[in-house]
Amino acid sequence: MQNPYLPYPVRIDEIITETEDKSLKTFKFVFLNPDDEKKFAYASGQFAELSIPGLGEIPIGIASSPMEKGFIKFTVFKTGKVTSYLHSMKEGDIMGVRGPLGHPFPWDMLEGKNIVIIGGGFAFTTLRSSIFSMLDPANRSKFGDLHVIYGARAPGMLLYKEELQAWAARDDIHMNITVDGTDDPDWKYLKGFVPTITEEKAPPGSDDTYAIVCGPPIMIKFTQPVLDKLGYSHDNIIMSLENRMKCGIGICGRCNIGEKFVCKDGPVFTLSQLNQMPKEY
Amino acid sequence: MTLIKINKKALDLGIEKAKSAYQVFGPVKQKNDHDYKRLDKNELPDFNFQNTRLSPKSIIYPQSQIMFRYSLDETSDDCRIMKEVENVSAPMAIVGVRPCDALSFPIVRRNFDSPEYQDTYWVKAYEATTFVGLACNSACSTCFCTSAGTGPFGEEGLDVLLVADGDDFYVKPLTEKGTAFVGAAGWSGTADASAGEKIEALKQAAETSVTSAVKTDKLREKTTLELYDAPFWQEEAFSCINCGTCTYVCPTCWCFDVQDETFGKSGIRMRNWDSCMFPLFTSHASGHNPRDAKYQRVRQRFMHKLKYYVDKYDNGIQCVGCGRCIRLCPVNIDIRRICNKMNSFDAESCKCETAAS
Amino acid sequence: MTDYTDKIRQIAKRVLDEGKVDMVIGFRAGTLPMMNQPHYATSAQTADELIWDSNCGLNLANYITDKKEKIAIVAKGCDTRNIVTHIIENKIKREQLYIIGVPCTGMIDHHKINAMFDNEITRVEESGDQITISGEGFSETLPKPELLAENCAVCTHRNPVEYDELVGDLVEEQTDVDPYASVKKVEAMSPDEKWQYFEDLLSPCIRCYACRNACPLCYCPTCFVDESRPQWVGKSQDSVDVRTFHVLRAYHCAGRCTDCGACERVCPIGIKIREFTKKLNKDCLELYGWEAGLTLDQRPPLDTYKADDPQAFIK
Repeated sequence: MQNPYLPYPVRIDEIITETEDKSLKTFKFVFLNPDDEKKFAYASGQFAELSIPGLGEIPIGIASSPMEKGFIKFTVFKTGKVTSYLHSMKEGDIMGVRGPLGHPFPWDMLEGKNIVIIGGGFAFTTLRSSIFSMLDPANRSKFGDLHVIYGARAPGMLLYKEELQAWAARDDIHMNITVDGTDDPDWKYLKGFVPTITEEKAPPGSDDTYAIVCGPPIMIKFTQPVLDKLGYSHDNIIMSLENRMKCGIGICGRCNIGEKFVCKDGPVFTLSQLNQMPKEY
Repeated sequence: MTLIKINKKALDLGIEKAKSAYQVFGPVKQKNDHDYKRLDKNELPDFNFQNTRLSPKSIIYPQSQIMFRYSLDETSDDCRIMKEVENVSAPMAIVGVRPCDALSFPIVRRNFDSPEYQDTYWVKAYEATTFVGLACNSACSTCFCTSAGTGPFGEEGLDVLLVADGDDFYVKPLTEKGTAFVGAAGWSGTADASAGEKIEALKQAAETSVTSAVKTDKLREKTTLELYDAPFWQEEAFSCINCGTCTYVCPTCWCFDVQDETFGKSGIRMRNWDSCMFPLFTSHASGHNPRDAKYQRVRQRFMHKLKYYVDKYDNGIQCVGCGRCIRLCPVNIDIRRICNKMNSFDAESCKCETAAS
Repeated sequence: MTDYTDKIRQIAKRVLDEGKVDMVIGFRAGTLPMMNQPHYATSAQTADELIWDSNCGLNLANYITDKKEKIAIVAKGCDTRNIVTHIIENKIKREQLYIIGVPCTGMIDHHKINAMFDNEITRVEESGDQITISGEGFSETLPKPELLAENCAVCTHRNPVEYDELVGDLVEEQTDVDPYASVKKVEAMSPDEKWQYFEDLLSPCIRCYACRNACPLCYCPTCFVDESRPQWVGKSQDSVDVRTFHVLRAYHCAGRCTDCGACERVCPIGIKIREFTKKLNKDCLELYGWEAGLTLDQRPPLDTYKADDPQAFIK
């Protein structure tokens, strides 16, 4: 019997400070035992528990793509006890990763569809993974039009800036990068809140168009009516929840909402599913 | 399997004998109440109890349990790598389990032993354990097992059922594990032909002694949100002080927390029972808490047991009718009252029957 | 005391009807013997559920913390002392409250009574000073003073100290009791004996926190045991953690505890938690001449400084 609580040992291979306020860092991990990488077979939208002995575990969405080999990446916002400690760790340090956990975005269903990615703030990690995967030459033809609306408070708060620029230069993806506001004269992308930009830039809803929405509660609250207006059915709106979790495998009970466990049955849900569930997230 | 009849002396001798093959646990009176404990040599269970104060769940699922050990010694090769701890696999037997508590194990198993994940700690302990039940000849006023999926002579979750008849006991092995335990105890002596009737009569009398009940027949047909948004939660939760008593004494409450504790350069990752009554249970690192208010947490406990579980597993309620939470709740929140409210709630008229049973 | 019930209902209906308050907090009959349930009435109908008898031992001051409504509260002596403490500590305003004072002759101890009988108690009835306890095959009538909770047996403030209206005549205060007899016993022990005594006392604790949560004094938004940054106390059954919780909690209540006994009453295990708080009450009385919650005009000794505060303990 495999112990589902046992993390794989990993080494921190690289740490990238993503934002100007240094509250977000991306950690690139390499598995100490190469076999563990094979066991850690994941798809975009899943998460893992980052495990620091002495501090505990935190559930974090996987920011790398399964198309990237040899490492896994997580972008972590410094907020609680474990994340604060993690931010103080150094390249070369050993810790643990347990996963992959939860359901990915429904890739089988999404094949052949137009995809609109809507993200805000630091909830862009599994979306980054998704975009990276879809843009891979092996995958791009499996999807129709790709739209991305990604916003942050300010230019310096955007994640993955170099990749964003590279994607913006491509013609097989419609990138709409926006900030709430900026005085930067060199800012060449959009200004405005994500819901507003969504209203202006997102394609109209159709049976073949799916929106994947991840962001802070306030963004989601105001984006949802916009998607309604654009004609998106609630079955075609896909979201990812974050609740307090411990075990990550639907056993410890704390992320329970209705008959679902966010960790095991989610974190990905359609809006139709969420409409039937208590709003305890 | 054959029904065996033994006297009290043979029962005691057998339990003592079984200790050579099993770690035997049983109810023992400590101060004013009975609780389960590991029986030492020559220590016998005390069957003069209605039910124990705490359920036997902690034998399989201790309140605090070490999961891993780790070293923070930078000179060690294993520094910061979690190491599994030796897991129980020695045979255990719990003697004198009441049928209500016995049913709690198959219920809890649905959580700990799912098709996708096996909680190795729970599953190993469960599989290593033989459950030797003791039928209830009379119920407490707070017992409602007969409407919670079992009864005073219920067999689900048991490997052996003992039925007390005066100074004698009928021994009914129910599973292979049970037969093995009966063998280890050396219990033998076929009961006479009338034993079946005798047991049936005791069972009938015991079932009649269960005087309270819950109604659960309509829980499934209501939508989650209908019950969730029902108007009675604030009122029903008013007296609650959000302690963890109900969840800790409940045989079917399974939630836990995981904690690391470091001592010098080494430490343990452990789990401890947790409770949905505690605000911290769901509090995000950001400070946001999806169940911030007391009534939301009270609602969660009852919705989980009486609606979410019911819908998820289609196998009755997550409650065995042992009545512990009723007897021990410091402020008299009575699951029977809440269950009947939920079951009778009519979303259109916004009304429900209020009588506690 | 059961005759207070009619009067409580009358007052409740009147103050609700006059619009003086939004709710009346009291007790309703529980579903078990010796177990009443804190309850609030907002209408004449729900006011008729309010009752009073010798099973109203929980402290209702616990239910008014930080409330914004106008509240009438049924309060016995200790409850009113905690209400006073709440007002001093800004957990509620006096103007928000209509205190329905209940002169009290003590509450019976369900732990003790349950332990007196082997069989389940299914009925407890009260008539004047006589309590009749019955179950299958037994029925016994005992004088109430023998069945009192320990804090009630040694209580010297049975009458409400602050109220807007009383439900009955004031009762005679007990003067021939020694509230600190149990503390003196422990004080007389050797350090080793004391250590063992408290170890034994706490060993069955399951850390459900019922004692803390039933206590009107324990209103911290985040209790020190729940704090994670830094984490002061471990969460397991480790005896050091359990002891730390109980001892620190008692110290947080020093000079504020009214010995209402709610902590002991609610403990599912029957731990004598007052053995801790009582010692600190005694110290406050001896060092500062202070008993908590008797006056609105003075702050508790441990949150004030006076030049002549005793300091002999500083060595």
